[in-house]
Amino acid sequence: MNAIVRNAPFSLSRRSILKGAAASAGAFTLGFAVPFSEAEAQAGTPEINAWVVIHPDDRIIVRIARSEMGQGTLTGLAQLVAEELEADWSKVGWEYPTPGENLKRNRVWRNFSTGGSRGIRESHQYVREGGAAARIMLVQAAANAWNVPASECRAAKSVITHTPTGRSVTYGQVASAAAKLEPPKEVVLKPAKDWTIVGQSVKRLDTADKLNGKQVYGADIRLPGMLNAAIKACPVFGGKVASFDAAKVTGMRGVKKVVQIGPNAVAVIAETWWQAKTALDALPITWDNGPNVNASSETIAAMLHSGLEAEQAFEGNKAGDARAAIAGAAKKVEATYSYPFQNHACMEPMNATALWTPQKCEVWCPTQNGESALAAAIEASGLPAAQCDVHKVHLGGGFGRRGRSDYVTQAVLIAKEMPGIPVKLLWSREEDMLQGTYHPITTARMVGGLDKDGNLVGLHMRISGQSILAGVNPQALQNGRDPVVFQGLNPGGQEGPFGYGIPNLLIDHAMRNPHVPPGFWRGVNLNQNAIYVECFMDELAHAAGIDPLEFRRKLMKNAPKHLAVLEAVAKGIGWGAPAQPGTAKGLAQIMGFGSYVAAAAEVSVSNAGEIKVHRIVAATNPGHVVNPDQVAAQVEGSFVYGLSAAFHQECTVKGGRIVEENFDTYPALRMAEMPKVESILLPSGDFWGGVGEPTIAVAAPAVMNAIFAATGKRVRSLPLKNADLRRA
Amino acid sequence: MARLNVNGRVVEIDAPADTPLLWALREQAGLTGTKYGCGIAQCGACTVHIDGEAVRSCSITLEGVSENQKIVTIEGLSPDSSHPIQKAWLQLEVPQCGYCQSGMIMAAAALLAKTPKPTDAQIDEAMTNICRCGTYNRVRAGIKLAAGV
Repeated sequence: MNAIVRNAPFSLSRRSILKGAAASAGAFTLGFAVPFSEAEAQAGTPEINAWVVIHPDDRIIVRIARSEMGQGTLTGLAQLVAEELEADWSKVGWEYPTPGENLKRNRVWRNFSTGGSRGIRESHQYVREGGAAARIMLVQAAANAWNVPASECRAAKSVITHTPTGRSVTYGQVASAAAKLEPPKEVVLKPAKDWTIVGQSVKRLDTADKLNGKQVYGADIRLPGMLNAAIKACPVFGGKVASFDAAKVTGMRGVKKVVQIGPNAVAVIAETWWQAKTALDALPITWDNGPNVNASSETIAAMLHSGLEAEQAFEGNKAGDARAAIAGAAKKVEATYSYPFQNHACMEPMNATALWTPQKCEVWCPTQNGESALAAAIEASGLPAAQCDVHKVHLGGGFGRRGRSDYVTQAVLIAKEMPGIPVKLLWSREEDMLQGTYHPITTARMVGGLDKDGNLVGLHMRISGQSILAGVNPQALQNGRDPVVFQGLNPGGQEGPFGYGIPNLLIDHAMRNPHVPPGFWRGVNLNQNAIYVECFMDELAHAAGIDPLEFRRKLMKNAPKHLAVLEAVAKGIGWGAPAQPGTAKGLAQIMGFGSYVAAAAEVSVSNAGEIKVHRIVAATNPGHVVNPDQVAAQVEGSFVYGLSAAFHQECTVKGGRIVEENFDTYPALRMAEMPKVESILLPSGDFWGGVGEPTIAVAAPAVMNAIFAATGKRVRSLPLKNADLRRA
Repeated sequence: MARLNVNGRVVEIDAPADTPLLWALREQAGLTGTKYGCGIAQCGACTVHIDGEAVRSCSITLEGVSENQKIVTIEGLSPDSSHPIQKAWLQLEVPQCGYCQSGMIMAAAALLAKTPKPTDAQIDEAMTNICRCGTYNRVRAGIKLAAGV
């Protein structure tokens, strides 16, 4: 099995490279391992349908359109196809079709975009139908060979048996015949109770090569004759290249060319990347810093502050009259929270490798959106779509950053400077930190009204700050309103029915867009919205003198799924029981990315103000669980990402640019800080939700509420490294 | 021209003496299992062994390594992924994206070579590599599984 798994992703790339080479510069040979014999490649292996390829020796290749960046979607999608295919799981491998092939085949693989925790929840239906259709064709082919009705045949573990006579045949033996049959007009999917592969913690299909250095990431691509490029774009957003003195570095070892790329960047092309980077660092560049050079964290904070009281705001969720109810309440509680810019900081910096000739453009890159990468390649290459393609490789992290294709555009523009020669563009960590698409910055004023019995009679949540859509896709705004801002706060839908039934509610957004480019960042707007709501709920509960769990419970009568995960973590952490001496507990819940999540944290704070998270209990209801162990891995990882953000991460702005350039000033959580995580899965079986992101949102508020319980100090802005929790 | 002993073989490296070992391994020796993450010894993705010590190869140059020192990269840790750390990693499904895992595995292997039965505190002290996917708890469990503790 490993042989298939290890090499399958490059099979398409390899053939395409050979084709591409034939059309261009000449005899390329490849550094990649060759997955199958040339004869096999020439003959073609039977494709039953777009999703399923079966070799004569029974090996199965499942085609995966979404990108694998660690989240395990690849294995989950293969499980879904294999389930309906009635496949022998031990024979299942995979490959990525290219976005160019998708285009040529009328988007038979549909959406390649891999973000928003949508990989499985938005494609489970059609990939299962693909598996089922292939099974029906294989069974029909066997029935035809035996001249018996297909209804007398049964498929299990890649073997078809004619039940009355006991004759059997393997999938590989009938694959060629099956491939020639008409696909069925309709298929019936198995009920969940009959699943044998879906719902099991089968091993990931992509682990082996990650243990021995064989996994090829984009940064590792090597093509014969390939050159390497390093790039610097103007660090001040909106700035441009004024001039650069190429003569100063053209004589340096290995340097081939110094080129301006677009209005704002300069690249050095050299034999090796280290040579390119060394020359780029030595290259005198003068920037025209543009209109944003005076922007700073302080000016941006003032801009956001102006939105807290602004009259004009977009409504996200409304019931009754919140302002009037608060004005007439027995007790008014008010607090302002804020959340900073953050960089995705994927371990593998942005990169892409491109080969351009006047006839063809090919790109090899880690991308969360193969079709967007292809569109970028087409535009930058100046070639017709049919002459361009993108070969996806595994991502060294994505977290939303690799949904953008700016680095693909750059790579193609660089490759155009070197026709017929592949060029790999790799960003330095510093470039990656300075040219991000950042977690949007927002602040929120929370105002609540309590009656004399401590009931929450009105809540006004005013968000002020950045809109991701305004930055990346303004056409998607609805009369100027960004619906994504209200993730987790909506009246209903996949992105959060708000869990609390409050008679008078107003959640609105005063849009304030600083010049720093925003992007989708793992967890997106659910991250800060969960902090704002869940920490403020904690404040309200304390103001009402009611236990925070009980306070929430009263408001969640009509939100049983929200409440179920909250109750589960409360039970798991031992809510109500005395905490370990010196520790305290906090809770949080939210719904987003189609799933219900909650967390409970047990925390201590030393006299010196050092925070230690001892234990986390998480509960998730994603509807269906395709691979429990991989869901658990996503939940565990979500706490690392969420607590990294909560404790350490902030991109500050000075002189119009980001200040933090590397992990020394933009740290991530490390192992010594990582608490134990107990993950409870509570799939209710009646919907399909995502798991890569939602849990991140409850990490910070659970810990922040526990910090309050431990210290009596309420932290309302992140990261926590800025909070002074020393005991007086 | 520098001569290095990498994974038991002598490799000739045609690069200036101030080239970081990381880039000589990746671009001259063709060993891309060792990853670039930060270039300033913060993240540990470039961890290799030099005479058994875990070293961040981005921050040592060719002139800092002699031919007599034995460099081991992820490709040379075992011929067939049979090192106890690699086996434990497979069993517990430690990697997610996997980009940091070469460095994680090399750091963990160096830890076990010196401290066969590490405590949690010793694991915390030795394992300072950054993982953004968030595999830390499985890394810890993997080390304990490999160590039999």
